[in-house]
Amino acid sequence: MTVTLDGAYAVDAQVAIRPEPFGALCYHYGNRRLTFLRSPDLLDVVRRLDEAPTVADALRDAGVAEHRWPTFVTALDSLAASEMLHAR
Amino acid sequence: MPAERTTLVDQLKGGLDAPICLTWELTYACNLSCIHCLSSSGRRDPRELTTAEARGVVDQLAALQVFYVNIGGGEPMVRRDFYDIVEHAIASNVGVKFSTNGYFIDAPAARRLAAMDYLDIQLSLDGVDAATNDPVRGEGTYAQARRAMDHLAEAGFGPFKISVVVTRHNAGQLDGFKALADHYGAQLRITRLRPSGRGADTWHELHPTAEQQRDVYRWLLAHGESVLTGDSFFHLNALGEPLPGLNLCGAGRVVCLIDPVGDVYACPFVIHDDFKAGNVRDPGGFEHVWRRSELFRSLREPQSAGACASCGSYDACQGGCMASKFFVGLPLDGPDPECVKGYGETALAALSVQATSVPRPAMDHSKPTPISLTRKPVGAGQRA
Repeated sequence: MTVTLDGAYAVDAQVAIRPEPFGALCYHYGNRRLTFLRSPDLLDVVRRLDEAPTVADALRDAGVAEHRWPTFVTALDSLAASEMLHAR
Repeated sequence: MPAERTTLVDQLKGGLDAPICLTWELTYACNLSCIHCLSSSGRRDPRELTTAEARGVVDQLAALQVFYVNIGGGEPMVRRDFYDIVEHAIASNVGVKFSTNGYFIDAPAARRLAAMDYLDIQLSLDGVDAATNDPVRGEGTYAQARRAMDHLAEAGFGPFKISVVVTRHNAGQLDGFKALADHYGAQLRITRLRPSGRGADTWHELHPTAEQQRDVYRWLLAHGESVLTGDSFFHLNALGEPLPGLNLCGAGRVVCLIDPVGDVYACPFVIHDDFKAGNVRDPGGFEHVWRRSELFRSLREPQSAGACASCGSYDACQGGCMASKFFVGLPLDGPDPECVKGYGETALAALSVQATSVPRPAMDHSKPTPISLTRKPVGAGQRA
């Protein structure tokens, strides 16, 4: 799966997210993988994914400047690769 | 990654709201007497947490969103409330990974364990055969561990873990361990021997040689993330390309230990008053200890490279393992005793000519050594 700006995604039901000063920790109870969300902005975007119609909407709602979107898409893509996110 | 100003490792060094990886030793009781036991286990401590207190610890961890705990001991399965505690943890979304010698995993136990979600098992094994394993873990322990593995495989548990402490005697057997793990569809985990607990007395004879350390490093590089290490070999990163995992001492920053009597230590390898941060029975419980203890706060401050500051490899190895230095009597701001540049050996040699006292592990629950009633003749070369 490759995350795109016009795709819709959800956090996997087996994933727990714990906010931390640097962002958050994500743990997948199924595959036991631990991933770091390395900024509070990224945590905000991830939390909006379930409701937002598209990734672009989540980024806009979180107030992320458009020139930073590609780095966020890359981060979301690596979350999808570790099964933290899935398409919906 | 977005908005990244400092490295992840720098952020982790500053500490987290709760540990990532928490070891909880349920009891000092153990049916075995491994000669390198990090917690000098053997006999139960009368002050150990009650079932109600243990369930309370689970509730505290759940509130802190600790995703999973590494349960150990002693042998955790000797506690009569072992399943009660484990089931309560899993039901509270605190996953469990427990370490065991396998003696209590018979066919019914294996079926019970296989039916549980979010449970991982680490079976300890320190040799690919009884001849290598049993001198360290005790007579018959190799066969017993293999029986437990057979029962787990038979019950369809799935990929359990085979957990190996790398010593001078098994460092050359890594391919054999991997083959054994593959045979069971298990995952191999190898960790570093520390001079902790009874290991303080056996480390000098058991720890891998410098040449073996280089072989272990190359073997780990070749096997990547398919072999677990608990990130315990980061001192080897000074040999070149970094190994997978976090390159830092996590003590009090991302890891800690809750011991059977509820004492909280900076890591499982430093059971000593100098590294005791508090007790889960204290007001405020575990959360208060983790977030407020002076010890943990000081471990999260930038640490001095000390004698290692002039070495070009400090960024790679971070000065190595605090526990290893402490229990061989080396200063914490100097080289690891197994420093791959050889500085540790030099420092140890210097120590041996000084009259320095080496700190002893704080607690010893070892079973009394059986005393032979018949006096053996003292032969040549033996000490009386």
